[in-house]
Amino acid sequence: MTDVSNSGKLGEPLERLDGPAKVTGTARYAFEQPVDDPLYLHPLQADIARGRVVRIDTSPAEALSGVHTVLTHENAESLSSRVDVELAVLQSPEIGYRGQVIGAVVADTQEIAAHAAGLVEVTYERHPHDTVFRSDDEIVYTPDGSNPMIGEDLDRGDVDEALAAAEYAVDATYTTPAEYNNPMEPHATIAVWESAELTLYDSNQGSYTVRDMIAPTLGMDPQRVHVFAPHVGGGFGSKGVPHAHVMLAALAARKLEGRPVKCALSRRQMFSLVGYRPPTRQRVRLGADSAGRLTATEHSALEQTARVKEYAEQSASAARNMYVSANRRITNELAVLDVPVPTWMRAPGEAGGMYALETAMDEMALTCGVDPVEFRVRNEPERAPESGLPFSSRNLVSCLRQGAEMFGWNDRDPEPGVRRENGWLSGTGVAAATFPSFSIPGSKATIGYEPGGYYRVEIGAVDLGTGSRTALSQIAAEALEVPVEAVRLHLGSTEQPRASIAGGSSGTASWGSTIVQAAREFRAEHGAEPAEGAETTAEAAANPAAGEYAMNAYGAQFAEVAVNADSGEIRVPRMLGVFAAGRIVNARTARSQFLGGMTMGLSMALHEHGVLDGRFGHVVNHDLAGYHVAGNADVGSVEVSWLDEHDPHVNPMGIKGIGEIGIVGVAAAIGNAARHATGIRVRELPLTPEKFLI
Amino acid sequence: MKPFDYQRADDADSAIATVSGDPEARYIGGGTNLVDHMKLGITEPGKLVDITRLPYDSVEALPGGGVRIGATVRNSDLAASHVIRQRYPVLAQALLAGASGQLRNLATTGGNLLQRTRCSYFQDTSTPCNKREPGTGCSALEGWNRYHAVLGASEHCVATNPSDMAVALAALDATVLVRGQEGQRRIPVTELHRLPGDEPERETVLEHGELITAVELPAPSESSRSTYRKVRDRASYAFALVSVAAVVEVSEGAISHARIALGGLAHKPWRATAAEEALRGAPATEETFRNAAEAELAEARALRDNAFKIPMTRNTLSAVLRELTRQEGA
Repeated sequence: MTDVSNSGKLGEPLERLDGPAKVTGTARYAFEQPVDDPLYLHPLQADIARGRVVRIDTSPAEALSGVHTVLTHENAESLSSRVDVELAVLQSPEIGYRGQVIGAVVADTQEIAAHAAGLVEVTYERHPHDTVFRSDDEIVYTPDGSNPMIGEDLDRGDVDEALAAAEYAVDATYTTPAEYNNPMEPHATIAVWESAELTLYDSNQGSYTVRDMIAPTLGMDPQRVHVFAPHVGGGFGSKGVPHAHVMLAALAARKLEGRPVKCALSRRQMFSLVGYRPPTRQRVRLGADSAGRLTATEHSALEQTARVKEYAEQSASAARNMYVSANRRITNELAVLDVPVPTWMRAPGEAGGMYALETAMDEMALTCGVDPVEFRVRNEPERAPESGLPFSSRNLVSCLRQGAEMFGWNDRDPEPGVRRENGWLSGTGVAAATFPSFSIPGSKATIGYEPGGYYRVEIGAVDLGTGSRTALSQIAAEALEVPVEAVRLHLGSTEQPRASIAGGSSGTASWGSTIVQAAREFRAEHGAEPAEGAETTAEAAANPAAGEYAMNAYGAQFAEVAVNADSGEIRVPRMLGVFAAGRIVNARTARSQFLGGMTMGLSMALHEHGVLDGRFGHVVNHDLAGYHVAGNADVGSVEVSWLDEHDPHVNPMGIKGIGEIGIVGVAAAIGNAARHATGIRVRELPLTPEKFLI
Repeated sequence: MKPFDYQRADDADSAIATVSGDPEARYIGGGTNLVDHMKLGITEPGKLVDITRLPYDSVEALPGGGVRIGATVRNSDLAASHVIRQRYPVLAQALLAGASGQLRNLATTGGNLLQRTRCSYFQDTSTPCNKREPGTGCSALEGWNRYHAVLGASEHCVATNPSDMAVALAALDATVLVRGQEGQRRIPVTELHRLPGDEPERETVLEHGELITAVELPAPSESSRSTYRKVRDRASYAFALVSVAAVVEVSEGAISHARIALGGLAHKPWRATAAEEALRGAPATEETFRNAAEAELAEARALRDNAFKIPMTRNTLSAVLRELTRQEGA
C-alpha cells in the first residue's frame, strides 16, 4: 500500500512539511526569533488627520524607568531617500492622515513602552481634513494607470449608441467598503544592528522586497541588509511591502546599536499602518440583444486613495476581458483623501470589481429572462476581448456546467421569495471568478547535491502559511525526478538566492519555474548521479508564450443563502467553488487555499466593513470585536472542486496561481442568492440584516 | 498600561474595606472587560483586588424553588448548570449567546453584570466621550451609532448595555445581592443599571466599594415557557443588534402572564413593561404581539444608523411571542 499523504508527486496531497512544527508551536515566527537582550518599540501615532506637530514633549516618557529613547521627527536621523512616504518616517512634522507615525518609544518591556507612549504630550496645528469617500469632482482624478501595471482607460466601439439600441439594459451602481487584511499574525519585526549590518526578522511577503526598499531608504548597500521570514502567519497583501514599523525598528536599532529592537503592531495600529482594500463605488451598464448576448459593457470604478501616496486599485479591470461585448468602456478614477495608504488585499481589483460585474450579470440575466449560468455561457468570448489574443486556456464554461451539476442548480426555480421554511427564506446564486496567471521573472534558485544523498534547493521565496514550502518541494522532486524525501528546501530569507514577492498569486508559478530551470541545468551539468557538492544556480528563462496568449484562471462560485424573514439575518449554509486553474501542485494545500479564499469572500459578503468617521478621519471599529470577520459559526458547508486543466503555455509546470481566485465572485454569488431568497437586490456590501428587513 | 498593585482577597470584608478605602482600587473577577480597558487606557486603577477566590462560586437551590447564583460563578459553568438549564432556559440560552467560549470560561456572573458598553468612541481614548470623560461630549450621537440606543438615551450618551445575561435576568425578575461597608442590600436587577441622563459615567446604582456577592432568581412557574433570541451581525461572537428575553404563560388561548426584557436597545437591559401590559389577558394572536411591540416602541427614537432596530425589534419580539405561545403539536 502506498501512503498517498507521504507521496510527493505533483498533484498529490502531501501534508505540509512544516505542519508538525506549527501545530506543536516550535515554528518560530518573526517576533519569536531568539535575540539577546531585546528592547521593545511602541509607535506613537497622530490623533489628527491633517496638520503638523507643533510641539512634542517626550520628557515625561523619557523620565520613566526602563525607557531608552523616544524617537520623533526632532531627533530622528535624516534618511537617504524619502521617495516612499510610508518608509520615510519622522522626517518632518507634517501629518497626512490620522494614525500616521509621529514617533516611537523604545523601552525594556512592551508594557513600559506602551505606558510611556501615553505620557508623550503632543501639540498639533490642525488643518482641515477631508476623509469621506464620495464622487465629488474636487477630489476625483484619473490615475495614469492602475495596479498592477494596467494602462489607461479603455473605450472600444460606441457604448452609448449600443446601450440606446439594446433590447435589454442594466444600469446599476454598487459600493464596497474599506476592508482590512487582518492576517492572523500581526505585523512584527526585530531589527538588529551589528558592524554596520542590519538584520531584520520580519513578517513579510518577500524578504528581497523588504531589503530592496529598506536599504535605499537607509542609504545602505543592499548586501548589508539581511531579511529573515522563516514563517509567516498570512499577509493577504498587507505584508507585500514593508510599512512604517519596519523603518521605526531599524532606526531605533541603529540609534541603540547593540540592542535588538522588537516591534509587534497591535490590531488597532494595523488599521492605520499596514494598508487596506479601499472603498469603491462602481457603476456598471450592460446592454444585451434579444438573444441575451451582451452588446455593450461599461464599468466605471471609483476607488479611494491617500493624499500622501497613490494606490490605484483596478476594480474595473476584469470587465476588460470577461465576456463578449463589441462595445466596451472601462474607466478607473480615484478619490484622493487624507486617509491611511490603501494597498493590496487578496485579489485587489477582482474581489471588488467582480462583485459589481457579477451582480450586474445576474441582474441582466433576470432582465433577459435567461438562467444566470446559461447567460454567462452565452457571453463566453473566443479570444481575449481587449487584446484579441487566444486564451492559453479558459474553462469558465466547464466550471459553470460542472458546478451547476454538483450544486443541483439545474432544478432551480428562478422565482424569488417563495422558498420558506421555519421562518427562513432560501435562495441560490452563482457568479463567475477570474484571476490573472502572473509570473514574475528574475528569481534564482540554487540546487546542490549533499552528503547523505539529498538535494538542497535554495530560493529566497516565502511561505505565508499557504504551503509554498511543501509545493515547491514537490516541484523540485518532480523536476529532479527524485522522491520528495530527497529534497531539502530552504526559503524565507535573503540568505537564499533572489526571489520575487509572494503577490498576485504568482509565487508558485514564478518560483516553481525557477526551480524547474535550475533542476534542468543541474542535471545537464552534473548528470543523474552527481558528485557530492555539485551545485548549480539558475534563473528561469522568460516565458516565450508571454504576449502570445491571455493567461487567466477561472472559476464558478455557487451559494445557498437563508434570510430570516423576521430579523433579516443572513446565513450561508452552503457554498461550492469549481475552479480551472491549471495543474494543481498539491491537492491538500490547494483545497485549503480555495476554501480560505471562499471563506474570506463570505466574510466580505456578510461582515467586513471599516467604518470611517469623517469628523476624526479614522476607522472607528478598529479592532476584531468591532470589525467583523466571519467566525466558524458563519461558515457552513464549503465544497471545493477543480477541473483537470492542462495549459501548455503558462509555465513549464502548467500551473496557475490559486491564492486569490477563491475570494473572487463569492460576494456576488451570495448577494445573488439573497436576491433569489428574498426578492431584495442589495447593491452595497456588506449584506447586513437591516438590508433585508421587511 | 499604567502600573498597578494587585492583591488577592481572602475574605469579603477585607476586600470591601480595601476597595472602599481607596478610590483608585477596583475589584477584578474574570477581567475580560476590565483588562481590555486597562490596556486601552480607558480606566487606570491603582490597585486590583482579585475576588475570584471568595466563596461565591456555587449555584444553590433555595427553599421555595428559587436559585442563588454566586457572583464568581463563571458564565460557562452557569450555562452548563443543570438547574439553570432545566428551570431557566432563557438564562442558559442568553449566556451561551454571549461572547465566545474562551471569554465565557473566564467571565463571572458579577462581572458580566458590570461590563461596560462597547461603544467604539467610549473604547477609544482619542475621541470625546461623556461616559469616559464627563463633559467632553458624545461622539456617537452624530457618529457611527448603528449599535446604539433607541430607548431611554439622552443627549449626553446613546450607548447600549452589551450584556446578554443581564437581559435574561431582567425578564426573570432576578435580585442582585450586594455587600458594602454598611452591610448587605438587595437590588432588583432591573434597578441595578441606570439610564444615562446627564451622568452617563454612572452606569449602576452601586457605590464605590460595594461588591456583588450573588444573584437570586425566584422560583419559575411550572407552566411558563421562556426563550432568549439574539439578533446579531455574525452567527456567533457579536453583540446584539436586538435581543429579546421572554417568559410567557398561556392559559386557554390568552396570555396570562408575560415578562419581557430587550437587549441592544438601551443603556440598561430594558424591561418591556408596556408590552407586558398590552399582552396581559390578550389572545395569543399576531395582532396582539404586534400591538405589544408597538406599545413598547412608541417612545423609541432612532439615530442616524440605527433606525432599523425599531422594526427589527418589532419583528423579533413578535416572532418570539409566536414561538412561545404556539400550542404543542400545532
